[in-house]
Amino acid sequence: MTESPARRMTPLRRVRGLGSAHSGTRDFWHQRVTSVAGIPLTIAFIVIVASLLGRNHAAVVQILGSPLVAIIMLLFIINMAYHMWIGMQEIVLDYFHDEYIKLSLLVANTFFVFAVTFASVFAILKLSFGV
Amino acid sequence: MAELQARPMTGAERQRPLSPHLQIYRLTMTMAMSIIHRITGGALYYGMLLLAWWLIAAAAGPNAYATFEAFIGSVIGRLILFGFTWALIHHALGGIRHLIWDTIHGLEPAERELLALATLVGSIVLTLLLWGVCYLMIGGPR
Repeated sequence: MTESPARRMTPLRRVRGLGSAHSGTRDFWHQRVTSVAGIPLTIAFIVIVASLLGRNHAAVVQILGSPLVAIIMLLFIINMAYHMWIGMQEIVLDYFHDEYIKLSLLVANTFFVFAVTFASVFAILKLSFGV
Repeated sequence: MAELQARPMTGAERQRPLSPHLQIYRLTMTMAMSIIHRITGGALYYGMLLLAWWLIAAAAGPNAYATFEAFIGSVIGRLILFGFTWALIHHALGGIRHLIWDTIHGLEPAERELLALATLVGSIVLTLLLWGVCYLMIGGPR
């Protein structure tokens, strides 16, 4: 690999965006960072859910809305949302090669993750701040 | 890939060897756990809907929460929750295995097979243990 990528590529191919995005390792690294953060957050999440089993609605609302529990739940959800967005993107890029299907699924992935995340975050904030 | 389709296919291009795929290789423990890691990851992706439903139901009020409780307490609901628990623990252990491998440790043939087996056995044991403890805590099915 003595030739630089710029040499091997015609200007037209560069313009069409077929060259390197120069961010190839970013998703790999971010997936590792969110997985490391995910270990303690998942343990905390399991403890929180297990401690709420069998409790009535009023107790669940009170506990989920308490600051420490709410903050841990928010960190867990946001961390896992980013982790699963990268993961699903990787799955789509691995198995779907038709450009339109691939792009549609990548966009659907983003929509799904944002919708589920904001819904969950909103619910926790509502439980925390009431009304 | 539009740029590939636009070029006329020549005989040489059509006869290029394909890289071997899943069905060519002997199934190893590492390979099986790799596949399961991806499947559990995909399942957990949709499992987040269940978490969202739980939180929204709690925020919406007693009636919505009762509906959720009725679902999650049913046989189907319990099965889904059990599968969710196992997938979460298996994916977490598989992730730890990958983090170990990222440090270039545990990659010898015997070590990597052992690590892969440990994720499977560990996830099953931890899931059963967790459910056992939870059932003891709340005193069995309500």
